[in-house]
Amino acid sequence: MICLPEADPAVLARRGAIVAALRGLIRPESVIDEPVRLAAYESDGLTAYRSQPLAVALPETTAEVAALLRFAHREGLNVVPRGAGTSLSGGAIPAPDAIVVGLGKFKRILDIDYANRCVVAQSGVTNLAISHAVAAEGFYYAPDPSSQIACTIGGNVAENSGGVHCLKYGLTTNNVLGIEFVTPEGEIVRLGGKALDAGHYDLLGLITGSEGLLGIVTEVTVRILRKPDTARAVLLGFPTTEGAGACVAAIIAAGIVPGGMEMMDRPAIHAAEAFVQAGYPLDVEALLIVELDGVAAEVDLLIERVVAIAGEHGSTTCRVSGNEAERLRFWAGRKAAFPAVGRLSPDYYCMDGTIPRGALPRVLREIRALSGRFDLRVANVFHAGDGNLHPLILYDANAPGELERAEAFGFEILKLCVDVGGVLTGEHGVGLEKRDLMPYQFDAADLEQQHRVKHAFDPDVRFNPGKVYPTLHRCAEQGRVHVHRGAVRHPDLPRF
Amino acid sequence: MLQPGDEAELAACLAERREPVAIVGAGTKRDIGGRVDAEPLSVAAMSGIVDYRPEELIVTARAATPLATLEQTLRASNQRLAFEPCAWPGSAPGEPTVGGVIAANLAGSRRVTAGAARDHFLGLRAVNGLGQAFKAGGKVVKNVTGYDLPKLLAGSWGTLAVMTEVTLRGVPAPEHECTWVLGERDVDRAVRHMTQALGSPHDVSSAAFDPAEGRVFVRLEGFAPSVAARLDGLRAGAGAGGRTEQAVLEADASRALWRDIGSARAVADADVVWRLSVPPADAPRVVRELAPARYLLDWGGGLLWIGTSIVDAARIRGAIRDGHATLVKAPAEDRARVAVFMPPPPAVAAIAARVKAAFDPRNLLNPGRMR
Repeated sequence: MICLPEADPAVLARRGAIVAALRGLIRPESVIDEPVRLAAYESDGLTAYRSQPLAVALPETTAEVAALLRFAHREGLNVVPRGAGTSLSGGAIPAPDAIVVGLGKFKRILDIDYANRCVVAQSGVTNLAISHAVAAEGFYYAPDPSSQIACTIGGNVAENSGGVHCLKYGLTTNNVLGIEFVTPEGEIVRLGGKALDAGHYDLLGLITGSEGLLGIVTEVTVRILRKPDTARAVLLGFPTTEGAGACVAAIIAAGIVPGGMEMMDRPAIHAAEAFVQAGYPLDVEALLIVELDGVAAEVDLLIERVVAIAGEHGSTTCRVSGNEAERLRFWAGRKAAFPAVGRLSPDYYCMDGTIPRGALPRVLREIRALSGRFDLRVANVFHAGDGNLHPLILYDANAPGELERAEAFGFEILKLCVDVGGVLTGEHGVGLEKRDLMPYQFDAADLEQQHRVKHAFDPDVRFNPGKVYPTLHRCAEQGRVHVHRGAVRHPDLPRF
Repeated sequence: MLQPGDEAELAACLAERREPVAIVGAGTKRDIGGRVDAEPLSVAAMSGIVDYRPEELIVTARAATPLATLEQTLRASNQRLAFEPCAWPGSAPGEPTVGGVIAANLAGSRRVTAGAARDHFLGLRAVNGLGQAFKAGGKVVKNVTGYDLPKLLAGSWGTLAVMTEVTLRGVPAPEHECTWVLGERDVDRAVRHMTQALGSPHDVSSAAFDPAEGRVFVRLEGFAPSVAARLDGLRAGAGAGGRTEQAVLEADASRALWRDIGSARAVADADVVWRLSVPPADAPRVVRELAPARYLLDWGGGLLWIGTSIVDAARIRGAIRDGHATLVKAPAEDRARVAVFMPPPPAVAAIAARVKAAFDPRNLLNPGRMR
């Protein structure tokens, strides 16, 4: 089990006074303190964990956010920023003595600027709403995390969210031009804008992906792109994952950067096909969906080349989408992979590591071995273009010990990702979930430098406590912090 | 001159150091930025490709590896850096190092669509001002583990830490490129042409305007049949908009043109060169307000190079509503007098100062370089 942050009893004892003070800063009805309503804020996409915050504040303006943060600063209170609460790594799970500052009322798109190819939106606007707002003119916002219908652009900045198209179009950090940001002291600053790059230190680049540890984003300027003329997909089946992996490498070697390139293993293929009848072949070990987008002349040319490459690498199924409906059907199975796998089991646990693509066969082999060892089934979906692997571990939370076993299995997978030269998380964030694994990827000096940066923004360590960096509290002392080669890696560090 | 042979020696050197150091790679940017009066610390010994896996689209090199070596290595596998390096006016002769390119966050004309060095800087090893070696980021193209310190070090001009090893993203090199050349003298119309091209579905990679030549340049890159089809698409989209096609430059001619534009050749021999990053649609207003003797617009209007004879920082920066202006080239006495990098607002400057202290609390690394 992952240890949640502990509460400061002195803060809990002051709860009534704190709530009353918050009600003096924003509309009184926008401060939530009744347990039944707080329940909506006790968890996020990492549903195995929950913890009720001290209170929830739902400000409506940046000035209100600043007032709340100045108050929290003065009173020494912990703060947990929250967008739509879709984090898969527990990034929005509150500490019990923290005030959740929810950006749910920051819902306005402020400026659609085609001349500068950008949109300015309040941070609670959903990812998909931005694309919708500019769709009529043929534009869109490129990063498309799977939760895009619900997740907020502010949350995307906090998590540096990705999606299936990021090999070609980049992560959030490559698509954000500017933010308005409130520091832990309650100061409002603007970083970037509609112009490119920083004139001084790239603080925008640092804050993007900082998982709510450095402050609160209230407004975001993103670049928008013209929608490609055409998109077509190829569905490829392979008798071995090695064959599929070699095909991916050969596509890249041929100079082709597909808009999307997704791989599924046998259990994922079968689950998806049973769920949505996408027409996937069931006699293959690996399925690839390769999507090419751009002008028609280019897409047609590259489809031909991909089909030829796949043939050279032993594909046993090869279907090219003939129309938009068929392209969407190819994707339907992949996009439904998580719920499809969810039907096979009461619960599933979605992992998110990145590996060098060449290590895929080894990693899948070892995951299968771990699956036997932990006696839990696993299905794998893989952003093959960029090496981002999502193993889905099937378990039953009601069966005693299964959650713990699923977590232990997941942690072994993530360590394996690091062992082969990859990283703990490609797009879901470290959050609460992978916090205790950080010393496996980073040594003491690496983490100390990160801590120093945290202190530059938040010297009292009040923002999103218990996330991303290992803490030494009671359960840590019982051995929950990863111990590598027999020693706690950085006993001298301030832990938070 | 201090000359550590490797990262461990560099760490030991900085740990015991009490006086500031001026970090030197190849020294090609020594005349850009504020002057650093300190003992030079050469990182030149830390050179060479560490790991290149074309199929993974990543390359890891020691920081002082010559950019040319890195580019040659990528070219051998039909790849190139995912951003477009460039040389700023005022650069001293020599072959820049990859660490220097990143420390300056260089970005040529492809910046507007492909990003700058910061966008493709995946991981690093470095030594901070306390002499502690650390790593950050990773060696894969998709990674959100921990703070994105590579972003922070890109464009920090060696004032935060001394990079020893960098991992960058490579991309397939395009099979072909061409440049569509339009005749245009009016800055408003030129920016509109560029905006239309960059907002078209024809995957334009760069767009620039040289008012002295009276030409707008639009670059297309990719597979040859695709480039041809997209050029046709641009021509068809132009319609009767009053644009005059003057030429189409193919392959090497196109590449040579963009090398000139990326290094702002049109203004480079002026005594004073300013580099302004502005919202593209705001560029014509800034141009009119400043009425510069010579200028060049790149990034579809978002990058304004000004060549002039007097520094006039207050006037230049006063014209900017959103963006920033860097004094890239000026006589040494002017660079000593004027803030070379645009001072951020006080609240941002306060954060920047604390971030600096988080890496280099003793202010040993390149003091004054980013003034």
